[in-house]
Amino acid sequence: MRKILYLVFSMLVITSTYADTEYKIVNAFVQQQFTEEAPLPSILWLTDDIQTVIKRLIVHPYNKLRLRFWKQSLKTVWILDEVGKESPITIGVVVNQQKIQLLKVLIYRESRGDEVKHDFFTRQFDSATLTAQGKLSAHVDGISGATLSVRALKRMAKMALWLDRQVTDDN
Amino acid sequence: MNFIKPVSGLIIGLTTITNLYAAEPTNQELMGLIKQQQSQIDTLTNKAKQTDKKLNVTAEQIETNFNGHSNSSNGSTSIGGYGEMHYSNLGGKKKIDLHRFVLFFGHQFNPNTRLFSELEVEHSFVEGGKGGEVAVEQAYIEHDIFDSSAIQLGLFLMPVGIINETHEPTAFYGVDRNPVEHDILPATWREGGALVAFSLQPGLSLDIALTSGLNVATTGAKAFDLRGGRQKASNANANSLAYTSRIKYTAINGLELAATLNYQTDITQGLQKIPAMLYETHAIYSERDFTIKALYARWDISSDAAKIMGKDLQTGFYVEPSYKLSEQLGVFARYNQYDTSAGIDSGTENRQTNVGFNYWLASGVVLKADLEKQTGATNKKGFNLGVGYQF
Repeated sequence: MRKILYLVFSMLVITSTYADTEYKIVNAFVQQQFTEEAPLPSILWLTDDIQTVIKRLIVHPYNKLRLRFWKQSLKTVWILDEVGKESPITIGVVVNQQKIQLLKVLIYRESRGDEVKHDFFTRQFDSATLTAQGKLSAHVDGISGATLSVRALKRMAKMALWLDRQVTDDN
Repeated sequence: MNFIKPVSGLIIGLTTITNLYAAEPTNQELMGLIKQQQSQIDTLTNKAKQTDKKLNVTAEQIETNFNGHSNSSNGSTSIGGYGEMHYSNLGGKKKIDLHRFVLFFGHQFNPNTRLFSELEVEHSFVEGGKGGEVAVEQAYIEHDIFDSSAIQLGLFLMPVGIINETHEPTAFYGVDRNPVEHDILPATWREGGALVAFSLQPGLSLDIALTSGLNVATTGAKAFDLRGGRQKASNANANSLAYTSRIKYTAINGLELAATLNYQTDITQGLQKIPAMLYETHAIYSERDFTIKALYARWDISSDAAKIMGKDLQTGFYVEPSYKLSEQLGVFARYNQYDTSAGIDSGTENRQTNVGFNYWLASGVVLKADLEKQTGATNKKGFNLGVGYQF
């Protein structure tokens, strides 16, 4: 028992050394998506009109007033939060020429179902587009025990594709 | 006098032109005007920037205060829940039951530390020892260790089986949970203690737990009833702890393979020194809309008294193919076989078949119906209807 307590205590102490801040994780993701320095972020206010469409796509309005995004030519980068079962999952989505170039789970806070954060799962979103019916063009396999997290990722993928169109269509 | 008219016209014209030239500002005046306007533009630009800043600060404040799931997640609290109502008509016995009403409460203390909890009311009410049960199903702190592991401390669901940890009605087929996990595992199975979850590599995880153990009766009708031995961390006897390990492989999309070992050092908590071991393994495979699940579980109890009753061996398995006809509608069949007295051949084996469908009204609401046939130790048939939700 003493050994177990010692092990637990050691782990707790070490944690603070290895813990990274969420800001750093998000920032690093954004920087990685641009060959040179990332452009300054733009802000998209989620007006009633935008929220109406978002609600159709993801079943509920997005729970923020505005979104920061990064845009360079026809590429946009979005950082989105969506609850799986209980806690928000922070997802980075890179859209290039209206297709998903990369979807990555940046911060996973749910207790279970973290299989969705692995590359072998998120690769299923690569090159997905948004169909006229508001669905993803790619089939994404579910994960038993992580149904809600999978749904959260699908919703954010659809939302990022639609938002991308709103800010790149005028090009 | 004929010249007077043109001359007066000329004089008037010259006067007008002179006046016009006299009203035109000089370059110096124009520069002053431009400077004044530039100053006004600068003031307005600054005001617009300040307004923009105030707007952003206000938006951030609103999002932090009212949006429980802000980006920072500092101090965010989440609430959710699920519930299910069942109607069953089995062997002529009809029953309607608000089987479960559950509320989740979660709280993120900082990026690495969070609380998960579930408070459950079973069978609608509890009053004077009648009705169902009010229970804390989970209440634990999870703390991330490194990037790939986390520790859970408190009351948590045991890492075993398919539905023990994920049992919201929208997540499984059939009105009732399958009887193999219910009677053999026994789900929903929670214990107090510590669990460390390691992600060994993408798609390969290992959970190791040290928890309170089962405390079963050794005589009477409930002798060696493992389900009845769950202490639920309610002033639980902790003389004899239990060790659990689970390995899970999910590195191929659509596939899950898992195996759990649970070693109970003494299922009588010091009275008779009876150790027991649970072996559980399951596989899930999905190919687009088709899914098949299979689970096998077995308890070995080292006790002569249990052996005499055939309770030293308790086993079960089930197989469940399902197919989603559309996003809303899925059909399934499930065959269960289990025996809580498998140590002797005394006709105690149960076989149960369910065939039915789930219809998801919304992603968080499901209607269910299934036909059920029980043979072996019991002989019943009938049907079940249910409605469930999760938010």
